[in-house]
Amino acid sequence: MKSLFSPPLLVVNGMKNSVNTSNNHRISIQEQDFSLNDEVALLEADNYEDGAVVTFSGRVRNKNLGLNVKGLYLEHYPGMTEKSLEKIIEDAKQRWQLGRISVIHRIGQLYLGEQIVFVGVTSKHRQDAFAAAEFIMDFLKIKAPFWKKELTEEGENWLEARIIDENKAKQWK
Amino acid sequence: MIKVIFFAALREQLNCGGIELDAENISNIAHVKQALVKTHPQWQSILENAALLSAVNHDMGNAQTPVNSGDEVAFFPPVTGG
Repeated sequence: MKSLFSPPLLVVNGMKNSVNTSNNHRISIQEQDFSLNDEVALLEADNYEDGAVVTFSGRVRNKNLGLNVKGLYLEHYPGMTEKSLEKIIEDAKQRWQLGRISVIHRIGQLYLGEQIVFVGVTSKHRQDAFAAAEFIMDFLKIKAPFWKKELTEEGENWLEARIIDENKAKQWK
Repeated sequence: MIKVIFFAALREQLNCGGIELDAENISNIAHVKQALVKTHPQWQSILENAALLSAVNHDMGNAQTPVNSGDEVAFFPPVTGG
């Protein structure tokens, strides 16, 4: 397999954007939106070994805990976020036979319906890609240092971590 | 010196994004908290919240995690991304 994702290592200062491409995986923390078509194209380009492509994308939804959500503000810990996602991806690679992995997480102000997060995984067969995509999302939710502040019709508030997410990730142990 | 930074709701509660501490007498995260409370007594109850997470040089830590001069120590609430 080609050593990936044609865009070279790219770090754009001042745009809160970092892209790391190495070892067939790619992590990007960015303000700007992403295109599902483009992301799938990157996972598939010159990749003829992998028959399975699994993607997950998360979006801003309109209700949470009974509040009417208008948008989210996403903060993160630059440096630690990337390190934490690298670790999660490495753990996934230890468990399954994977081809390429992409993780994108947006930061800053996001409004209703906007995309927040993307996880894409390729593998020879579907089982590994399905499992790895779920594993990566589960650990991103409880390990990667992102915080959401919800903007609702009732006011602004930082979201509290949910035990259900903690328990979900524990199932992988 | 030790660089200490705060994130999200914690930063707003403390009304402080970060602070530098003299590394003297500090050898772990528990000591960092003690030094912060010494100079900011009003932070005590907030920093004693058991749910608070901490990291040293971008790796998750706990009260006993070693801290040395030049390290970056972060405190933050449980994460809520994804």
